[in-house]
Formats: sequence, structure tokens, C-alpha cells
Amino acid sequence: MVTVVFLGKLADLAGAPSLQLPAPLGWEGLKAALPPAVAEALADPRNRVAVNGALIADKPGLQAAAGDEIALLPPVSGG
Amino acid sequence: MRDIRLLPHMFIPGTLIGPFTQANPGLGGVCTFVGEVRYDEGVEALELTHYEPLTLPGMHELADRAFERFTLMGLLMVHRVGMMRPGEPIVCVSAAALHRRDAIDAVDFCMDHLKSAAWFWKREKRGDGWHWIEPRTQDHADLARWQA
Repeated sequence: MVTVVFLGKLADLAGAPSLQLPAPLGWEGLKAALPPAVAEALADPRNRVAVNGALIADKPGLQAAAGDEIALLPPVSGG
Repeated sequence: MRDIRLLPHMFIPGTLIGPFTQANPGLGGVCTFVGEVRYDEGVEALELTHYEPLTLPGMHELADRAFERFTLMGLLMVHRVGMMRPGEPIVCVSAAALHRRDAIDAVDFCMDHLKSAAWFWKREKRGDGWHWIEPRTQDHADLARWQA
């Protein structure tokens, strides 16, 4: 399985902090398995994607194998 | 002396700043910024979420850049995560250096990056529920000052 973690307001859109999806998982498969509001949000370049803690530059090139963790990261605000 | 931390519980900045200053003998100046949850009208609580694989490593990278950019003896960077009430400290950055400008600028640099370029997500609780907070235009402008 692949774990998908939703951060910030994407967790609200997803209705849960994380989700398990069958491996292997590519970009189209991920979008198809997510609630439509989240899949739509992924098109926004301000929403970043990390695999196993490393940001990916090419979202459509996403490849996740069993045990991998994908994080969906909306714009940040700290301090 | 380098001390970079995420804290899940309330902290008292003085208990960190005193030992940090003591740990940098011979310093010429120490500059400290403490950010607290503002008493904004209607705000009952603030929650900061982080993502373990990115947030603390990102703070360490920020500290590396501060050490490269400024002549520092020490850097303390502590950020809260979890639930906070108005008046509670949320962030504390302290820099020790031989000369004041390095200490002051390093704190300014770290704070501008923590506000809008570190892996935190902030939301506040009001009477009608939770609202996610995005950086203000001013926060982006503050960050851009360092990108020359």
C-alpha cells in the first residue's frame, strides 16, 4: 500500500488526515482515487507533492511503490 | 552553539534564552525575537500542523543558510506545533555573534523564512469554527528582501 498524507486545508478537503491506496501508484491513479476537490487542488502549482520526505519537481512523473508515503502540501504559514 | 527544535508543548522563552546566551561565551551581542499568539478579536485558539519528514529538516537547512550568510557564534530556533491559546509563545529565535548586525540580521532572516517558507500550516479557531491562515502579501515581500 501507499500512504497519502494530506496537510493543512487539503486534509479538510480530503475529509481525513491520510489515506491508504494500492501500490504501485502514478499521478493519474492518485488523482482518480482522491476526492474530486483534492484532485482538482493538485493542479494548483502552489500545492506541492513530496514522496518519502523529498519534494518532487515533476508532479505528473510521480511514481510510488509499496511502503512509500506521498504528502500533499498546500501553501505554508508559520511563526 | 546550535539548538533547533520543534516543541509540542508550551514553553517559556526565558528558560531557553538564558542557557543559550551562557553557552556562547565571548559573544559581542545576542538578539532574540519571541512571537506570541496575538489576542485578535474572536480568536479562541491557534493550531500549527507540521509534517515530520520535512519540517525539522527544513529548519536545519534554514539554520545552515543563516550560518553561511552571517558570522554567528550560535543560533537558537524553537517553533511550537500543536494547539495554542492567545498569549502563548509560538516561536523563539536567538542569535549570538561578535557584532550586533550579524545577530540582528540573522534573526530577521530566520523569522522571514519561518513565516512563509517553512513547513507549517496554521489555522485559527473562531466562534464559527476553524479557518486556515495563509501568509500575507507583506510576509512574501519580507521574504523577497533576502533573495537578492
